[in-house]
Amino acid sequence: MKGQEIISEYSFRGILKEVLSYKAGVAALIILALFGILILYTVIAMPYDETIALWNSSTAFLKNPRNAEPLWWNIFSNKKKPRNIELQIEINSSNLVQEGSILKGEAKKDFVFDYDDFPTELNIFFKANYKRSAPLVRIYLLRPDGDKILLKEHELRSQDDTLYLSNDFSLENRLDTYVRSKISESIDFSITTTRALFMRYTNKLEILKGNYSLIIEAELNNREDSLIADAVFYGSVYGIAGTDHLRRPIHIALLWGAPLDLSFGLGASLSITIIQLIIATISGWFGGWTDALIQRLTEIYMVLPFLPIMIMISLFYKLSLWSLLIVVVLLSMFGFGIKTTRALVLQVKTLPYIESAQTYGASSWRIIFLYIIPKILPPVVPGLVASVPVYVFLEAILALFGVLDPTQPTWGRIIEDAFSNGALYKGYFYWVLIPSFLLILTAISFSLLGFVLDRIVNPKLKEL
Amino acid sequence: MKRSLTLFLTVVVAVYLTIVIANAGGYVDKIVETELMSNIVMRFKDDPSFRNLSEAQQKELIESRFKYEMKRRGLDMPFPIRSMYHLRDAITLNLGRAMYMTSDSGSALVRNIILERLPVTVLLFTTATVVNFFLHLFLGLRLSRKYGSFWDKLVIALSPTSVIPGWFYGIFMIMIFYSWLHILPAGGLVDYPPPSGAIPYFLSVLKHMILPLASWIIASLFLGIYQERTFFLIYSTEDYVEVAKAKGLTPRQIENRYLLRPALPPVITGFALSVISSWTGAIVTEAVFNWPGLGQVISQAISYFDAPVIVGVTVVYAYLLAITVLALDIIYAMVDPRMKIQG
Repeated sequence: MKGQEIISEYSFRGILKEVLSYKAGVAALIILALFGILILYTVIAMPYDETIALWNSSTAFLKNPRNAEPLWWNIFSNKKKPRNIELQIEINSSNLVQEGSILKGEAKKDFVFDYDDFPTELNIFFKANYKRSAPLVRIYLLRPDGDKILLKEHELRSQDDTLYLSNDFSLENRLDTYVRSKISESIDFSITTTRALFMRYTNKLEILKGNYSLIIEAELNNREDSLIADAVFYGSVYGIAGTDHLRRPIHIALLWGAPLDLSFGLGASLSITIIQLIIATISGWFGGWTDALIQRLTEIYMVLPFLPIMIMISLFYKLSLWSLLIVVVLLSMFGFGIKTTRALVLQVKTLPYIESAQTYGASSWRIIFLYIIPKILPPVVPGLVASVPVYVFLEAILALFGVLDPTQPTWGRIIEDAFSNGALYKGYFYWVLIPSFLLILTAISFSLLGFVLDRIVNPKLKEL
Repeated sequence: MKRSLTLFLTVVVAVYLTIVIANAGGYVDKIVETELMSNIVMRFKDDPSFRNLSEAQQKELIESRFKYEMKRRGLDMPFPIRSMYHLRDAITLNLGRAMYMTSDSGSALVRNIILERLPVTVLLFTTATVVNFFLHLFLGLRLSRKYGSFWDKLVIALSPTSVIPGWFYGIFMIMIFYSWLHILPAGGLVDYPPPSGAIPYFLSVLKHMILPLASWIIASLFLGIYQERTFFLIYSTEDYVEVAKAKGLTPRQIENRYLLRPALPPVITGFALSVISSWTGAIVTEAVFNWPGLGQVISQAISYFDAPVIVGVTVVYAYLLAITVLALDIIYAMVDPRMKIQG
């Protein structure tokens, strides 16, 4: 490139207009604008500290299914997977009847079950309010075929007791014998609690669709006592992005992953490019031993194993994402970009306007920052934009090695969670595909934009 | 020769930096001290006369011996001097003992753990880079002849896909070919149990190489071809190419004499950069594919928090990068005689 070719003026509006004249530029800007809106929404609607606390709390998501697929995942399968069914049944003074010395209450909730798969779990969360002794509850399920099955007779152990019915082995054994007694032929599948409750009593595993009711009978000791039972028939689809192994809705992490990942990527590439630009200009302008020193340093940096050092640092010092960003910048500031930028500086240095600046006595620093850097900035910008994905993926790599702050939800972190919980082998593809898709979308849009900008600032490429 | 000397100095500085970084948290010191302490305690435990001493005396004895040993090895010195000892150890690949990990042959020496895995890494990633290099060169050349055609436009349109790194494609490869289609293994080097006989073993390794190799090739394919094609297009507008055409040389002759030759130095620079970045990419790809190479040593060391191994691998990587740079310098001088004169 000859020195003359890099003299051209750029205004923000002019560049925007040129970018929009490319289809790829339009696509990139639309995607980035969508990300911008998403980030704005996330930052405003979900305050960071609260969200992080929520994400790391062990009790907030008890009523969510584990490893549930996103709701829209159903479109790709001909089976209608069950959603969560949550029934709240209340027993208090309004539905209590005196029977001898005890107060008896009964309440019932109906629901329709017409899905093509069994619920994954069944838990009942109680919230009781009692003075002297705990209430005794009996839980029944009334099936469409008229069968009324006693699930459990249980005296509450505390004010908020929970019954994990699908993990109750005595219940499972009892239901197993019950179902087998109903079916004359032998069956070749195992009977779990949820299967026994929702299956047709035949020797094939089929779902009995129809109207079910959950009935709670309670014996209370006092008129003021009350009881709320929250029964959850866990589904296998949930939310817009599904849930992970800890029942957390993944979309929370995806939403906050966007600002974290993008600011990491943008922050890294922006600061690295600018620092490299300054160093390269200093090297090219001053020459002599400064130049030699900087050139040797870049050569040393070339053999510094970047990723192992990054891993080593993040493992030994347990840094947060932001301190890590500083480390990334420090480890890349004498990168390869210096060599190419320095070559540009050497060309610009000989231009007449620099010479005239020197004759009227401008200081070296003035020339560097006001005359040379603005001049060589345009050719550097495409590289800056195009290198954002590199650092977004770097975040993913570090997360994949498990050396990042585990409390911060990022896209890479979700993929790591999915990997370490065997998502690829157990078939939880949504868990990997959705964050991957976002990563790819980000990467492609930045690279398209970089590509378009490159053509604008290097018109020679347009012909090729 | 002079070049390799400067390069060696570069490695020394790089390794030194690595040590300084690792030691800012006191990790290298801790590695050495724990090893020393455990050695001393072990030696005393075997000594019957030691058991008769009181606990305070025992402790004192251990402490004094520890101090003596530290002094003998120069470890009580201030950091700048002490770090020189660490540097000497690292440069001579005397990388100490692993805290928990052992090599497959049972050795706890970090050097053995690393040397055992190195060939496996080299096997996969050298193959990948070489295949990539020739694929890009060949297809780029073909494409530059068909400038403006459908394939040309397709490659340009697909070139942004190369921002996605190879390991990331690997995830999808595993999903498609292992989890979905069940036709290729998800990772590892050979089947388990390893097949007996050289040929079945080789075929099994080959089968396990398909997915990592394919994901690397796809990752850089379009951008690679696009870049090479652009180089060739730039050179094909030179005057001497026009002259060659006018002379009536065949396209093949023009390509070999007037396009490949001048385009080689920038092409090789690109190759150099890709080899260097492949050492980094290898770490992640190996983790994704469970490929038992150097990268996997790192991820295992992370899960065990085995500091000596991590420092050791980092040092070895510095060496590998330096060797790559040196090798490419030599190739560069071979293809571009101008470089030799500048020396």
